[in-house]
Amino acid sequence: MSELLSYPLSENHPDRLRTPSGLRYEDLTLEALTEGRAGMEDLRVTAAALRMQAGIARAAGRRQLAENLERAAELTQVPEQEILEIYEALRPGRATRDQLEQLAARLERDYGALRTAALIREAAEATPETRADPD
Amino acid sequence: MTSKRSLARANRPIHSDTFIHPWPEAGLVLFNSPYDPPASLRLENGRIIELDGKPEREFDALDRFIARHAIDCEAALEAMALEPRELARMLTDINVPRTRLVRLCGGLTPARLMQVVAELNVPEMMIALAKMRTRRTPANQAHVTNRKESPALLAADAAEAAERGFAELETTVGVSRYAPLNALAVLVGSQTGRGTALTQCAVEEALGLRLALLGLTTYAETLSVYGDEGAFRDGDDTPWSKAFLASAYASRGIKVRFTSGTGSEALMGHAGGKSMIYLEARCLLIVKGAGSQGVQNGSISCIALPESLPGGVRAVLAENLLAAMLDLEVASGNDAMASDSDIRKTAKLMLQLLPGTDFIFSGYSVMPREDNLFGGGNFDGEDLDDYNVIQRDMLVDGGLRPVPEEELLAVRRRGALALQAVFDELGLPPIRDEEVEAAVYARSSDDMPDRDVVADLAAAERFLREGRNGADVIRALARRGFRDIAEKIQAVQKLRVSGDYLQTSAMLLPGSRVISAINDPNDYRGPGTGYRLDSERLREICDLPWAGDPRTIGRPASEQPWLRPAGPARRGEDPREVVIAVGPAFGSALDATLRGLPHREVLAALIQGIRDEGLTARVVKVYRSADLGAIGYTGSQLSGSGIAVGIQSKGTTVIHRRGLAPLNNLELFPQAPNLTLESYRAIGRNAARYAKGEPTRPAPVVIDNMARLKYIVHTTILHRREIEQVQAGRDAEEVVWDE
Repeated sequence: MSELLSYPLSENHPDRLRTPSGLRYEDLTLEALTEGRAGMEDLRVTAAALRMQAGIARAAGRRQLAENLERAAELTQVPEQEILEIYEALRPGRATRDQLEQLAARLERDYGALRTAALIREAAEATPETRADPD
Repeated sequence: MTSKRSLARANRPIHSDTFIHPWPEAGLVLFNSPYDPPASLRLENGRIIELDGKPEREFDALDRFIARHAIDCEAALEAMALEPRELARMLTDINVPRTRLVRLCGGLTPARLMQVVAELNVPEMMIALAKMRTRRTPANQAHVTNRKESPALLAADAAEAAERGFAELETTVGVSRYAPLNALAVLVGSQTGRGTALTQCAVEEALGLRLALLGLTTYAETLSVYGDEGAFRDGDDTPWSKAFLASAYASRGIKVRFTSGTGSEALMGHAGGKSMIYLEARCLLIVKGAGSQGVQNGSISCIALPESLPGGVRAVLAENLLAAMLDLEVASGNDAMASDSDIRKTAKLMLQLLPGTDFIFSGYSVMPREDNLFGGGNFDGEDLDDYNVIQRDMLVDGGLRPVPEEELLAVRRRGALALQAVFDELGLPPIRDEEVEAAVYARSSDDMPDRDVVADLAAAERFLREGRNGADVIRALARRGFRDIAEKIQAVQKLRVSGDYLQTSAMLLPGSRVISAINDPNDYRGPGTGYRLDSERLREICDLPWAGDPRTIGRPASEQPWLRPAGPARRGEDPREVVIAVGPAFGSALDATLRGLPHREVLAALIQGIRDEGLTARVVKVYRSADLGAIGYTGSQLSGSGIAVGIQSKGTTVIHRRGLAPLNNLELFPQAPNLTLESYRAIGRNAARYAKGEPTRPAPVVIDNMARLKYIVHTTILHRREIEQVQAGRDAEEVVWDE
């Protein structure tokens, strides 16, 4: 993010913000909700906003937070159920190294989630070749 | 044989706490265990190949994660070359800016981090924490729970907590299936009053994530990490699973902080002989490496374990400081019972309260202890007035404000009513009017009517299954006339779209404005810099509802003086008279003693006492002085017997005899609050006996060492009123009054 955005975005750059369904930030009003023009699916952050926040975090010297927000930007496209499945697979003793490798490959392929895939590959490296404690 | 004094001490609450000597092999050691590794770091092509004495091939999963993600290799060369003491000095040096230290600390290994903080004593750590915490403005978090999981009470308590200034509210469950309803109740309450707070519900990770995705919570905190691989595994996670979870929350715009704390590894049997602070430093590097913006630490639920050891409270401050040095938001514990002793609990609190942290408590129990489902807070609802007084005493911002009773009742009622409407709109088991009413005035859930638990649990499961969410809640509120609450919840949820509260140490201000370490960075550089109370906040902290207007203290009930002057006092000739000399405000500008005894009754008691001994009393009023010695002395000069009782309007009394120096006396009764009408009558009797020349046993006085504490303000003000009535040129006068 080369452009320096002024934080908080909600106050300084509302024009740059959209809801996941494309609604303008300033149109996300109580009326929009009560009249059914917006729903819970609109009350979510977008990949674009997360990347802007990552840029702000990095400019403040917070590399790890920025990387987290960049992974988060990738995960905005991943459905909730899949997220819970990935989390479960990453817990100790749940998945083999191969299974984690496959998970990483799928994230790359289906969602272009390169950074998240890299994190999962690292987890795979730290996982024994065979399942550690089968249950 | 034990002395009675020792027995009295043995019965004090402090002896309910447990104290032990260190035992390094069991991990019961705070700093510098003989089994801690040496601090070291070796780099090769920008890659860490040795960490704290361990070569890369021997790295465990935690070492690998730390080496890969947490330590800034560019800063490491410079930082690891500095002596720990040099870094420690920089931490306390106001001329070394925070930004420079953040950079250097980012290059330190766990063992070196421990060595640096080990150099500091408590006040040095406090200065360092004031400088290193991420957000300039300190804040506070509340725990809101109750044993009955009463939704109306949760909503009322959440509303009160936000009204009192808590910036975050954390709830949890006794029965986990209640989670959606508890989260809902706290969400509605949190936006009811003038306050605005982020809310969370501490439950199992997957359920917690689901609640947040549904918009029933806005942040998560209980992502626990450990400084040992075995403990991590027992916690059913790895650094990577936690890092993934952090990204998952952020992907939905939900704020996250991790949890760690000294003692957890020892408790789980995984300390491996390492010191608690070394292990905590590893935890914090994992938190940082995972990209969490912050951490809840300060031993948390293990607090009594480090506190059993010498330096335990200092160590807990050290771990808070370590987190701040790593540029993490710190919610600094104080959330679990740290002691049975109020003295010890308060002393411990000062270490976080005075320097200020991002969240001083990671859960101040706004309810009475028995309703706290987190296991009891170190401070609870019944300590809130004390807490507000401490803020006022120290002029320190502890994140809270005192709130007048009527405002609390109003906001509690509205929170409960709003939730009642939401339950009705969403088809949840009804909240009856009597529940709303009980929630407004309840002390604890004991005061709440029972609910149909089976129906509630079934409804909670259905609610989750149907995916009812924050938008449904907002719509329900808007439909039922709670538009203001609907708007505030909507505004908080809307902020998710911006991701603004994902930045380090984010919190909301009224008006749903976000501040964080980005737009409110801590810029402390010594006196005159950093966070200071502005005039508005100062007024708020100082304005205790029960602080009185000193100008009204002691004002007489009637404007009409009851005791009236009746011409110059004559010099008495009758040896059987005792003069009662009263101060210049007696029965006029003042009408009662410090104890609150009406002057009329006090005077009657003195006269009765003199008459009991067969003598007569004559009353004169002294105008020249408010000093008791001078009043008594003047009386004795006018008394036919030479004996006088002198009394100030506040009730302090002396028996004087002509011929004694003004400041000498026969008997002095300096503690007016302890003098009853019976005492005054006894004083009258004794004065008469002195007049008759009979042997007299001094009237007994009660010694109450609390009297000065209780009455000094009133003493000062009543005495000032007496002095205002002094007329330097006016002689004493006879007085008259209506019987």
